Amino acid sequence: MTDEPVLAVRDLVVEYRTAAGPVRAVRGASFDLYEGESLALVGESGCGKTTLGLALLRLLPRLGSTPHGEVRYRRADGSTVDLLAMRKEELRRFRWHEAAMVFQGAMNALNPVLRVQDQMYDTIRAHRSMSASDARRRCHEVLDMVRLEPRRVMPSYPHELSGGMRQRVLIAMALLLSPRVLVLDEPTTALDILTQRSIVDVLQELRRELGFAMVFVTHDLALAAELADRVATMYAGRIVELGDARDVFAGPRHPYTAGLIRAVPPVVGDATEISSIPGGPPSLAALPPGCPFSVRCGLSAEIGDDGPAEVCVQADPELARVGTRHESACHYSDRVEFAREVITDGV
Amino acid sequence: MASDPLMSLESVSQIFGSRRGEIPAVRDVSLDLTAGKVLCLVGESGSGKTTTARIAAGLDRPTSGTVRFGGQDVWGGDRGAFREFRRSVQYVHQDPYASLNPIRTVFATLAGPMRRHKLVANRDEAWQKAAELLERVDLTPADTFLTKYPHQLSGGQRQRVAVARALTLGPKLIIADESTSMLDVSIRISLLAMLTRLSADLGVGFLFITHDLALAKYFGRDGDIAVMYLGRIVEHGPTRGVISSPRHPYTRALLAAIPEPDPELNARKRSAGSLLRSMDTPSLLRLPTGCTFHPRCPSWVAGECDVTVPTLDAVTADHQVACPPVLRQERAEPPVTVLAEQDGTA
Repeated sequence: MTDEPVLAVRDLVVEYRTAAGPVRAVRGASFDLYEGESLALVGESGCGKTTLGLALLRLLPRLGSTPHGEVRYRRADGSTVDLLAMRKEELRRFRWHEAAMVFQGAMNALNPVLRVQDQMYDTIRAHRSMSASDARRRCHEVLDMVRLEPRRVMPSYPHELSGGMRQRVLIAMALLLSPRVLVLDEPTTALDILTQRSIVDVLQELRRELGFAMVFVTHDLALAAELADRVATMYAGRIVELGDARDVFAGPRHPYTAGLIRAVPPVVGDATEISSIPGGPPSLAALPPGCPFSVRCGLSAEIGDDGPAEVCVQADPELARVGTRHESACHYSDRVEFAREVITDGV
Repeated sequence: MASDPLMSLESVSQIFGSRRGEIPAVRDVSLDLTAGKVLCLVGESGSGKTTTARIAAGLDRPTSGTVRFGGQDVWGGDRGAFREFRRSVQYVHQDPYASLNPIRTVFATLAGPMRRHKLVANRDEAWQKAAELLERVDLTPADTFLTKYPHQLSGGQRQRVAVARALTLGPKLIIADESTSMLDVSIRISLLAMLTRLSADLGVGFLFITHDLALAKYFGRDGDIAVMYLGRIVEHGPTRGVISSPRHPYTRALLAAIPEPDPELNARKRSAGSLLRSMDTPSLLRLPTGCTFHPRCPSWVAGECDVTVPTLDAVTADHQVACPPVLRQERAEPPVTVLAEQDGTA
């Protein structure tokens, strides 16, 4: 691992045009992704995590735009380029080659009327001139990597495959041109537990072997704990906590992250405290003043009398360092108490 | 334990016909559902859990076996008894975005069944009753929610409306099919807490269908779990017992596969290695011989597991498992203490 990040995101803003005017779905996100590293973007629906993931590869829907910010990518030769400033043709070459997106496979990310092999050949042909037999060999290689039988999968239509197989096909396709960065949107959502397990195992193994970096979007904190080196919690379009997975899960420094972790029932042992976060995420079109989480925040309510603490209503806190490689955007990050006591017997 | 079951499925099977052959979605399933208690039906897609739920709800008639409600065979031909059964058993669907009529207000959704079954005399009474139901499911102030349309509600709120609708006819049993799987983690737990309260307050029984053993464990703490695999129940017992000392290799694999929100614990779990020989679930059209789990089972016995179809047998008084090798081992050397041994590879 070198000291320079492969992807450096600075103050990224994403807006969607709506009938009622522009809505900011991502309000200034900054983070670094290092080579070979795995970063999880976690949060509830509507927090902007998928939008941020899409913006990294400029795959936003037509009504989305990035009025501000920078996504700086460092090529293997050390030169850097701002993705947001790339022209169309450059961008086309960049995608798949340098960075690839893996959409939710259980949904409709594959073309239903094309055989898997044709979709894979299309991807290769659009980017590289390769002989038919070489292309075929490459397809076999990547399908082997995700533990699929090429002979069975290649001639199949997507509907003939199970959800887990489709997800693995999408991962295989993303790997076709050996990208250095993978962005995955909810890679295991809507899959069965054992299938989830196999996807996680495949991703871990490939990451070790091929050394790509990845950003994955998920609402499943347990998945983040399993697959991420670092975790970024998002709330109302901002990253509110960022740190090494071990640090974040052992001692979250933002009350929102702490609340999310507490809401996951454990399988092993008994948790002494499982609770949900009251209320729901705010509308991005009408954010409350100050810290957008303050209205749901138990800590803020405890400090303030009759409602959230004063400073929480007055100012939206910036991300600030709370430890080595650990940042939190909370006025009272030093007062976040967290003990996820799980009583286990024998494990 | 001794109280009479509200409903019993007795050796129920559901074999669907298709052009490519028979699909045995559910085979030989027997379950008892008790008032005020939770039974969690756990399994992956294709395990037959939703088919079983539909049979329990009276939405489908099983191809063989008996469904009893209050001791009476519901498909026995007595129309009054059938209507009573259908009214007493309500179904809450998985997708709150699809299960509510988008052009009906919450009030219209709740008042419909009450009026049809003549439980209320007029609109005012229906309004009042609907408001009470919304309070039961924690949608307050109820009056503001009654005039809303589904698109004005969040997923969690919609699911609460769906639960309130299931309560309109005063059911004795609610069947919840993956009712929380579409919701965010933070909302999921509060919904389950609400259902737990309903079960305690109203004495409603629950059949909770899920693929997530962690949720089953949380919601069904004091109830039972039945684990299904390819149409059959492979393990059945009290939730605590099944989770803390799973016997069937499939249940063990499921438990071991679930990640926890704790990187260190996951690393420890993972070091135990994979518990399955194959990741692929066989097709219902071409089921393996003998025990249908044997091609994936880490501890199968050649010549036995691929030949004999196992049946549920008791390990302890209330815990049953359909795995002869496990049963044999258990009887030869009964465990001294019951410890959590999710990591053990049998």
